[in-house]
Amino acid sequence: MDEGARQDARQGRRAIDLYLNIILLVFVAATGIAAVWLRNLLASAMVLGIYSLLMAGLWVVLDAVDVAFTEAAVGAGVTTVLMLLAIALTGREEKRVRTRPWLPLAVSLGAAGLLVYATLGMPDFGAADAPAQTHVAPYYLERGEAETGVPNVVTAVLASYRGFDTLGEVTVIFTAGMGVLVLLGSATRRRRKAPTSAKEDSA
Amino acid sequence: MDILTHFNYWAAIALATIGLYAVVARHNLIKKLIGLSLFQTAVFLLFITIGKVTGGTAPILDAAYSLYSNPLPHVLILTAIVVSVSTLAVGLALAIAIKRDYGTVEEDEIHDADSAAGTGGEE
Repeated sequence: MDEGARQDARQGRRAIDLYLNIILLVFVAATGIAAVWLRNLLASAMVLGIYSLLMAGLWVVLDAVDVAFTEAAVGAGVTTVLMLLAIALTGREEKRVRTRPWLPLAVSLGAAGLLVYATLGMPDFGAADAPAQTHVAPYYLERGEAETGVPNVVTAVLASYRGFDTLGEVTVIFTAGMGVLVLLGSATRRRRKAPTSAKEDSA
Repeated sequence: MDILTHFNYWAAIALATIGLYAVVARHNLIKKLIGLSLFQTAVFLLFITIGKVTGGTAPILDAAYSLYSNPLPHVLILTAIVVSVSTLAVGLALAIAIKRDYGTVEEDEIHDADSAAGTGGEE
């Protein structure tokens, strides 16, 4: 009897997970469309922040709690700040351009059609016997704690098994930081050196 | 039920389509970068969806649970989120540099300025 009640509770939780997943995905898609649709870039950046926060909620529903932390801090936080900085320097209104959107629309929808066709061969959502679940992941889950001493398997894989991957990530961040400094530093120096030509340009 | 088993994949494709459309169709460079980040999150969604196991829990080992979701996509996407912010920062820095040199971030005006100056090497 007790076992049956627990079974029922588990079933109910799974159903709630599925509904939450679908509702969040609908909201995410709506905010995504809004972020592209809006002409005011400031509003667009705000909507993108909401989009990232909804995504963080979605990651929790999909059991990726570490990704949710990172998305909330980096996606909703840092990205929004970077966007606002860039918009402050480049102007907040998008120009209204008369173009025919039919070719880009056809290209994107064509690509979407091909991708939907490809998903028909994908395993069902949440299937425990999918190929992705049967190769290296069971090894990490069974031996991870014994071999690294960390109960959080994501941390164990990130810092230990795939440590070189993380080193590569740090290299990418370093390179990006250097790139930003070089790009913005040179632009300000040029403007400071040649104030007359800058004035001519704006006149 | 058949729709529910593939709904997440199709949502990821929808987001990727919105992002791709913004990158191709919009003329504002900042808006193109917004489209690019939408496309990136679509890829994240695809990976995390593949890692989800029905009835599983977050891959933090505990005696009370026996079924966990796949930790590997989470690790890959953690890395990818940080890398995506780095690439976005470089893209925004490029947009700011273009704004300083051309006075605009609208693609058609940049092309006009290039052809007017006779320095547009690409076309």
